[in-house]
Amino acid sequence: MATGVGLLIALALLIGALLARAAARLPTDDEAEVERINALLPQTQCGQCGYPGCRPYAQALLLGTAEIDQCPPGGTATARALGELLGKRKPGPLPADAPAGVAIIDESSCIGCTRCIEVCPVDAIIGAATFSHTVIAADCTGCELCIPVCPVDCIRLETGSSPLPARVPA
Amino acid sequence: MAELLLIAVGAATVNNFVLVRFLGLCPLLGTSSRLDSAAGMSLATGAVLTVTAGLSWLLDHWLLIPLDLGYLRIISFILLIAGTVQLAELVIRRRHALLHRLLGMYLPLITTNCAVLGVALLNSGSAGSLAEALATGLGAGLGFALVMLLFASLRERLDSAEVPQPFRGPAIALVTAGMMSLAFLGFTGLIRV
Ligand code: SF4
Ligand code: SF4
Ligand code: SF4
Repeated sequence: MATGVGLLIALALLIGALLARAAARLPTDDEAEVERINALLPQTQCGQCGYPGCRPYAQALLLGTAEIDQCPPGGTATARALGELLGKRKPGPLPADAPAGVAIIDESSCIGCTRCIEVCPVDAIIGAATFSHTVIAADCTGCELCIPVCPVDCIRLETGSSPLPARVPA
Repeated sequence: MAELLLIAVGAATVNNFVLVRFLGLCPLLGTSSRLDSAAGMSLATGAVLTVTAGLSWLLDHWLLIPLDLGYLRIISFILLIAGTVQLAELVIRRRHALLHRLLGMYLPLITTNCAVLGVALLNSGSAGSLAEALATGLGAGLGFALVMLLFASLRERLDSAEVPQPFRGPAIALVTAGMMSLAFLGFTGLIRV
């Protein structure tokens, strides 16, 4: 009986100690850290960084599996801010600023299906069902999410002339 | 060596833990709706299976049998399995946060995956060596992965198939699992033991 109890306790202690050691050695996934990185991102949730949204990108940044210059809507300003926050990493070669541009809807072809409105993460498209739609250029981040959903292919991306200043939300 | 290979292949096919012995059915139904989460789950379960098969054999033969503590087998094996699963969860959470989110609750639930405890207990029941125990664990893990991947691929296709209303969802999944089980029974006689 006593050996049995002793054995179980010893086993539990051993496993606990091993787990604690492993937890200390693996890279951290501190929620507060992720939040701080996430706060610097534009929250467009557009997926251009290669992750499903801003928070997963923040997580990847913390783990070190992503670079700081992967968020086009954030532009150079975001990349700098990320570089400062994450400190140790030197800001890699920054992408030429905002080649992204804006989406333009060919209003004469638009059938007013509203699909593009639904996918736009920043609500940069206005219009009503069966009426022609248009893009508010100042709000469009050029994420291209609206282009594949248009059934009549009447949205194109105008590159190079983005009126959008690179921004970092406070 | 050939002997070990036979054991592993046998555990993966003839005695497939999921479809022939019907152990570990909840992760099969729970995490098989997408191929990538099924692959992650198979990898995690397979690793846990192999590691615990070896560790529980060592525990059994080095401590439990010499100390005549056979009655502690189940509880101490569960302790071992829980520890290993915790480690696996830790590694996945820290290294693959996305996969961790996909698998969610099913990851800690590997602890209660009856296939894992089943392999450990079956191993201690037979008088095999450590290598044989490891081969059984590995084979069981491979068998689990095989079934998971096949089943998840089938389910991804079923999603877009015209299934009659009353059969939608879990019903057709269970029917599919049943038919796969029938197919796996065809492996009986592959290896004559
Ligand atoms: S590219 Fe930037 S804005 Fe878009 S999802 Fe990624 S982090 Fe968010
Ligand atoms: S590209 Fe389209 S979806 Fe993206 S922000 Fe501009 S209008 Fe919205
Ligand atoms: S998806 Fe295309 S057709 Fe539909 S409302 Fe938008 S621009 Fe018009």
